[in-house]
Amino acid sequence: MYKYDQYDQAIVDARVAEFRDQTARRLSGALSEDQFKPLRLKNGLYLQLHAYMLRVAIPYGTLDSRQMRMLGHIARKYDRGYGHFTTRQNIQYNWIKLEQAPDILADLATVEMHAIQTSGESIRNVSSDQYAGAAADEICDPRPWAELIRQATTFHPEFSYLPRKFKIAVTAADEDRAAIRLHDIGLKLVRNDAGELGFEVYIGGGMGRTPFVAPLIRPFLPVDNLFSYCEAALRVWNRWARRDNIHKQRIKILVHDLGQEEFTRQVEVEWQAILANNSDVPRAEFDRIAAFFEPPPFETGLPEDVDRSDPDFAVWLDQNVRAHKAPGYAIVNISLKPTGGIPGDASADQIDLMADLAERYSFDELRVTHAQNIVLPHVKKADLYTLWQALDAAGLASANLDLISDIIACPGLDYCSLANARSIPVAQKIAGRFADLGRQKELGELKLKISGCINACGHHHAGHIGILGVDRKGTENYQLLLGGSGAEDASLAKITGPGFSEDGVVDAVEKATNVYLRERQDGERFVDTYRRVGMEPFKEAIYG
Amino acid sequence: MADPAFSLRFRDDEPHEEPAVTLDAFLDQADASAVRLEAGEDARLLIPHLARVQLVEIAFPRFRDGRGYSAARILREAGYAGELRAEGDVLVDQLLFMRRCGFDSFAPAAPIDPEVAERLLNIYPYVYQPATDDAVPVWKLRHG
Amino acid sequence: MKILTGNDLPTGAVVWWTGRDWSLHVEDAADVDEQGEAIARAEEGARRVNGPYVIDATATPEGPRPAHIKDRIRALGPTVRTDLTLKPADPNAGSWVI
Repeated sequence: MYKYDQYDQAIVDARVAEFRDQTARRLSGALSEDQFKPLRLKNGLYLQLHAYMLRVAIPYGTLDSRQMRMLGHIARKYDRGYGHFTTRQNIQYNWIKLEQAPDILADLATVEMHAIQTSGESIRNVSSDQYAGAAADEICDPRPWAELIRQATTFHPEFSYLPRKFKIAVTAADEDRAAIRLHDIGLKLVRNDAGELGFEVYIGGGMGRTPFVAPLIRPFLPVDNLFSYCEAALRVWNRWARRDNIHKQRIKILVHDLGQEEFTRQVEVEWQAILANNSDVPRAEFDRIAAFFEPPPFETGLPEDVDRSDPDFAVWLDQNVRAHKAPGYAIVNISLKPTGGIPGDASADQIDLMADLAERYSFDELRVTHAQNIVLPHVKKADLYTLWQALDAAGLASANLDLISDIIACPGLDYCSLANARSIPVAQKIAGRFADLGRQKELGELKLKISGCINACGHHHAGHIGILGVDRKGTENYQLLLGGSGAEDASLAKITGPGFSEDGVVDAVEKATNVYLRERQDGERFVDTYRRVGMEPFKEAIYG
Repeated sequence: MADPAFSLRFRDDEPHEEPAVTLDAFLDQADASAVRLEAGEDARLLIPHLARVQLVEIAFPRFRDGRGYSAARILREAGYAGELRAEGDVLVDQLLFMRRCGFDSFAPAAPIDPEVAERLLNIYPYVYQPATDDAVPVWKLRHG
Repeated sequence: MKILTGNDLPTGAVVWWTGRDWSLHVEDAADVDEQGEAIARAEEGARRVNGPYVIDATATPEGPRPAHIKDRIRALGPTVRTDLTLKPADPNAGSWVI
């Protein structure tokens, strides 16, 4: 894991001082709310329905147990005893006081954490594969590049008043676990014919009210030019994006308006100009960063066999544990989706427990996933049963990874000032309807994603089943979508037809799953069947 | 419009007297030496004429409109050494990044407290990336 | 009726204009009639509230109830965490919210 040196620490400490200064000027009246809002958003501080909300960065979803315990400490000391893990691998707190926000940032800085650029029209926290450094299918660990991007984009002077937010994701495996093609820039590490490492560069993806799957803008970018090329794309966008309509200012709209070819050409021209600045980070610095991501000291000669005699454990093992690149080790997913719970929420006690378990069983490391779960990336197979018992005792052993109840949901109208409808109660009702785990397993991989408004924080466009909450004459109404995916088979879901009440949409989801069970052919997932048979049979069952 | 009383300047030379003209007028008038760029205008159109430019004023119609930061860097990267002024809705919390992008004078529409400006311009001891100022990025400090 | 709401600047708490001051309880909200915008501007200028806005509400024997669901949720707290609402001990406290 990356560790701050004196420079990183000094920069983050300076940020705390700067925000303390800004907060004091807001409270004294020297700054108006209009002037302060972009400044607080650049520190992840929103004003939501019930209070301020603070989003804390977890760069590329990686943290250690000391940092995890700090997240629990903040939940207890400054919030109401819990936090919410988000789809961009961050955590947010719902009950923050402005007057305490500088102290929270100061506490975070003591464990090399911050809330820099977790909101606002800035380059956001870079996201990555939650299995990075552990996945059996990756060609290398993508996180050194993610850390390089984190540093290079932090307080970038040219790109701090961008047309809109800007999100970057990096992966290094064929299975896309970071939804890279739904990002402003998606980077996939690949090797060319000469065996050199480079990036496939996808630009212009995103969800929101105008969703796009990002096109491939550059098939091979040499790794040493990562930053200058990103600067070129950012500069083209910063200069030529619309500034007259907030809904049309994301880079995806510019790529679409210019066309892929013309956008690519402009970025290449700008890149040639920027290369003269030598802004690329030198290889020596990359090597310094990469050294922090050397694999932990895995033991050898460990047993591969796991005793499956406890049936509940065996169910969890099959559903939530994934293959690790090191023999004798496994990747453990901790589901934050218990039936009746709030997707992504964890109490301070659960956060502390996960920190303890990471320290004991996973080389002190945890990950946050874009599906709002937690990962212990490096667990000995021999420890799995003991670990599972500890998780089970804390209500953290739901064996539902990638099943219909492993729902991504935004906070919705229960917390969010932008929402039009509540998301969490819908997630809870669907999880309740399908509470029988055997039934969920029969349905197989089924990614259900719920957003409480068109901004799509709950990724409904990318759900095998998506649900979008809307306001229909002052009452909550829910549209159903089918056929999306945020993975390597990225696609955008299509709306089935007229919307439903809260209970109605739960019924409609059940009807859609019944069509799948009836129509599926061997080995097909829900989304595969949908893609083969099309919308009609689903519409008939839902509206017929 | 900016009140001259609020202006801040970080240059040692005498302020340029000629008023800034629009980009179109500048390109038409071969002897013009001061030009004003609106937020959506292409700074690169000035590059063939930099030899005669002594003042470029870049407009910030709203402080959230960040196009001027790129315009400034493009001009500095092209070798422009004259006065580069940010005019309009320019706030004290923006001065540091504007300085890093090459602005060396400011004509804000509302007064800026010089004490706050001084504090904020010096609050960060290090920077992560090179820009068009003389700050050395930390990767260079780390590797000498 | 029209009532005025916003958030407390230093704490972010949801507050309601009582006619003289700001209260955490929607039941204390006063009918601001046509005065809402003027009160909002003055109170925001004095930093006694952040982001104030006028909403429609219905007078009931229990006090004003906001017309829109968003403000009803603001008035009590998240529907999915009744333990964190203004009336955590009363399981029926939210019967008018949804």
